[in-house]
Amino acid sequence: MSTTERRQAVRIESLTVAYRRRGRLLRVLDDVSFSIGAGEAYGLVGESGCGKTTVAMSLMRYLPENAVVESGRVMFGEDDVLTASESTLRTWRGERMAMVYQDPGTALNPSIRVGEQIAEVYRFHKGMGKAEAIAAAMQMLTTVQISAPERIVRRYPHELSGGQQQRIMFAMSLATDPDLLVLDEPTTGLDATVEAEVLDLVEQLRTQFDASILFVSHNLGIVARMCERVGVLYAGRLIEEGPAAELFHEPRHPYTLGLLRCMPRMGMRKDADRLDPIPGSLPPIGAEIAGCVYADRCPIARDRCRAEPPPIVPVGEGHGARCFYHEEVPAIPPLTRPPDDAPAAVAGDGLLLKVDDLVKAYGSGGNQVTAVAGVDVEVGRGEVLGLVGESGSGKTSLAKCLVGLLDPSGGSIEFDSVDVTSGRRNREARRKLQMVFQNPDNALNPSHSVRTILRRSLELLAGVRGKDRQDEEMNDLARSVRLEPRHLDVRPSALSGGLKQRVAIARSFAGSPSLILCDEPTSALDVSVQAAILNLLVDLQRREGVSYVFISHDLAVVRYVADRIAVMYLGQIVDVGPADAVFEPPHHPYTEALLSAIPTLDPDAKVRMKLHGTLPSPSDPPSGCRFHTRCPRFLGDVCVNEEPPWQSTADGERYRCHIEPGELARLQADQEAPEHPTAP
Amino acid sequence: MSALDEPGLAADTADAGVDVRRVRRQRRAELISAALHSKTFVVGMAIVVFWLFSALTWRWVVTNPQAVDPGATLASPSADHWFGTDNLGRDVFARVIAGAAPVLTIAPLATLLGLFGGITVGLVTGYYRGWTDDVFSRVVDALLAFPLIIMAVLVLASLGRSPRNVILVIGIIFTPLIARTVRSAVLVEREGEYVAAARLRGERGPRIMVVEILPNITAPILVEGTIRLGYAIFAASTLAFLGLGIQDPSPDWGLAIANGQAYLQVAWWMVVFPAAALATLVVGVNLIADGLRRAIEE
Repeated sequence: MSTTERRQAVRIESLTVAYRRRGRLLRVLDDVSFSIGAGEAYGLVGESGCGKTTVAMSLMRYLPENAVVESGRVMFGEDDVLTASESTLRTWRGERMAMVYQDPGTALNPSIRVGEQIAEVYRFHKGMGKAEAIAAAMQMLTTVQISAPERIVRRYPHELSGGQQQRIMFAMSLATDPDLLVLDEPTTGLDATVEAEVLDLVEQLRTQFDASILFVSHNLGIVARMCERVGVLYAGRLIEEGPAAELFHEPRHPYTLGLLRCMPRMGMRKDADRLDPIPGSLPPIGAEIAGCVYADRCPIARDRCRAEPPPIVPVGEGHGARCFYHEEVPAIPPLTRPPDDAPAAVAGDGLLLKVDDLVKAYGSGGNQVTAVAGVDVEVGRGEVLGLVGESGSGKTSLAKCLVGLLDPSGGSIEFDSVDVTSGRRNREARRKLQMVFQNPDNALNPSHSVRTILRRSLELLAGVRGKDRQDEEMNDLARSVRLEPRHLDVRPSALSGGLKQRVAIARSFAGSPSLILCDEPTSALDVSVQAAILNLLVDLQRREGVSYVFISHDLAVVRYVADRIAVMYLGQIVDVGPADAVFEPPHHPYTEALLSAIPTLDPDAKVRMKLHGTLPSPSDPPSGCRFHTRCPRFLGDVCVNEEPPWQSTADGERYRCHIEPGELARLQADQEAPEHPTAP
Repeated sequence: MSALDEPGLAADTADAGVDVRRVRRQRRAELISAALHSKTFVVGMAIVVFWLFSALTWRWVVTNPQAVDPGATLASPSADHWFGTDNLGRDVFARVIAGAAPVLTIAPLATLLGLFGGITVGLVTGYYRGWTDDVFSRVVDALLAFPLIIMAVLVLASLGRSPRNVILVIGIIFTPLIARTVRSAVLVEREGEYVAAARLRGERGPRIMVVEILPNITAPILVEGTIRLGYAIFAASTLAFLGLGIQDPSPDWGLAIANGQAYLQVAWWMVVFPAAALATLVVGVNLIADGLRRAIEE
């Protein structure tokens, strides 16, 4: 079915939007045109600040007050959304178009029961009576596959999990059977397993409703899976557009190619592959650019690219790229060489960190929540331990206990043969055990210059005194993370996210540490910057021989940097071993589920294994095996009543399960995608 | 270092930094320009600057406010005496202009004292939490249950009435109120990762409070300080009115209103002009506070 034969549901015509800020107009969308066919799913991808949310908001005409539409039209059939009257719009929103937001928690009214919120849509748009509307709401909840809708309708939003809230949002937006459904990063705030469920739901809903979909996301994998056609936005311009499969396999714009190359793919290893970062960073919002917006970062840019903006050049059936030299794109060589064989700093043998039965509980009495429930883990010298788990699995609490920001409630931590269980540590222990935080905006004091931040760490951790010596050491430190001297005298707010994270990394390396905790160090960064930071971390680790405990929710990233991987579930480690052994093939059913939840660009990915239900509360963990309430390989009473034993595999992996490795291999071969036997 | 020549990385560090100094200066300039663009702020500033100017220069601008004209007591406003004269024949206009001086000495000093105490208490309770916080919260609750003016009257009656004691009393009463604002700002900041990073490198509590946290909460402190200044002006005048603050023959407005109320039937100008002066100053300060808050929020 060709998209050109389809009836167009929505057509955006050379949309140009600017935001007025302090008297200046900052252009965020420049001449963006595309159309979505009836019943088609169109994906809009791009990094933060590229204007994708502005496109979504323009479709609904939900633009903020300071937005100025400089030109363009948003056509719904014969009607222009941008010139429609307010009252017409009110009817259209809901009946013809609906939106699902990134954060369902703030999109739902916290003081109204969710059933009434859905019913309200029916009453307003369909003129139904109260009882009738509630019945319709209940029906819709069944459609979005919420279990026990009769109980859910009486709940308030805060009583529901993120995944359930997002289902409510889908129920509300589909209530009026709209022509267009705008999904703005609908799964970004959700855990991988919940995300997979929500995406399944969207796929199923598409068979029941014939709404066109605009799917806005920064995640290429999700868009590749969900959408038929894809547009790539960069700095407010649509730089490439085409059928999803073709665009992701034969990109014809250097930026699309760069985005695809810089993502760590599942199975990439730091020893074998080097990530291919996109040089530079996004132009500031509203920058006036004469030529191609990507010219500054483009490996094949010429003078012409900087002088005149390229038009969209057709490169295939419904596939166009905004590049003069699109023919050369497939031949662009990777920027980086394979990792050099420079001898890694001698990573002394032996144990560096030994955690024994660590417990961290918050609160007391009946309100006690055990975030870390008896964790044993070891990190060797020069080793990278990846720590994986959904939010609420206790990985951040564990990390904070390890660095001494929290006092454990029980167990012991031995670091470099010294007991450091309590949070009070001497300088030597602090120097050797540092942390890189998740959010570089927040991890650097906004009131201090980079120089002050680094100097203080050198003084306190490395004991460097005297201004001259400090400056000397600081320059070395800055050079090692590839910061330039001119970056030292500014405050963090003047730096891009990637540069801020470099400062934070430099700070943690000030005292020549032996172990660094990296708590989601790249999750707040754009994909194109992430690769450069991961390369830096890998280089530093190799050169300095430090160990990392690397926390991330992105399994491909963890797989890339980690030598060993530990998987956490509800405060316990359930699976641990060498990286290859843990993921290839997965043994613990939870690891298996996590892995199969990753949306990939690979079109022939296997059928997914589904996890049902939500993460149980850590204040009242399930009996027996903590995972039994959601386990797809649930055996029966033995899982409910008995704590699972540790199973060992031939390649050094250990996992906590009642199923033995041999038996598991047979089960995995038998069954493609099992479900929890008691699942709805 | 082999990786330095890697184009991807070298270029990434070359992006920002170009205009960093300009950006920084621009941010400060933007804040000032935002404040100056708000009419509230500009009007408030004009009023306050006028009174500040009066407080500093009245000696050279108006006739001696203590000069007595026995031939013209309780004279109504005229070309000679724009605001009339009081019961002793003193020029009300000169006294209103000169009256800005005592109130604009006492109120800012009292506010500064309250800020100093409030910031200290707020930082300590907000950062350490625990029992200091519990004790402090109960003390504030107890203080708030008491009508503040009664406490001020009690303290001044026992300590003696002097401008110094007025400053002390207002400053001490403000301390827990300001501390509450500071504390809530500290509670937010202390959860910041930069505070965790400071603790990880071994910074001690006092330094974290003063060097790490304090610079990041100046905006709410600035707004709170301005609002308190308005209250302080009012409080100082109230105490003077009650005869507990500044004494005769000071041209203080609160005192003037108190003296004039006996003559309200025959000489309204003795009360109305100082009262209007007081009102404009309090309104002016509050306009500044509003304008500042909006400029910061923007």
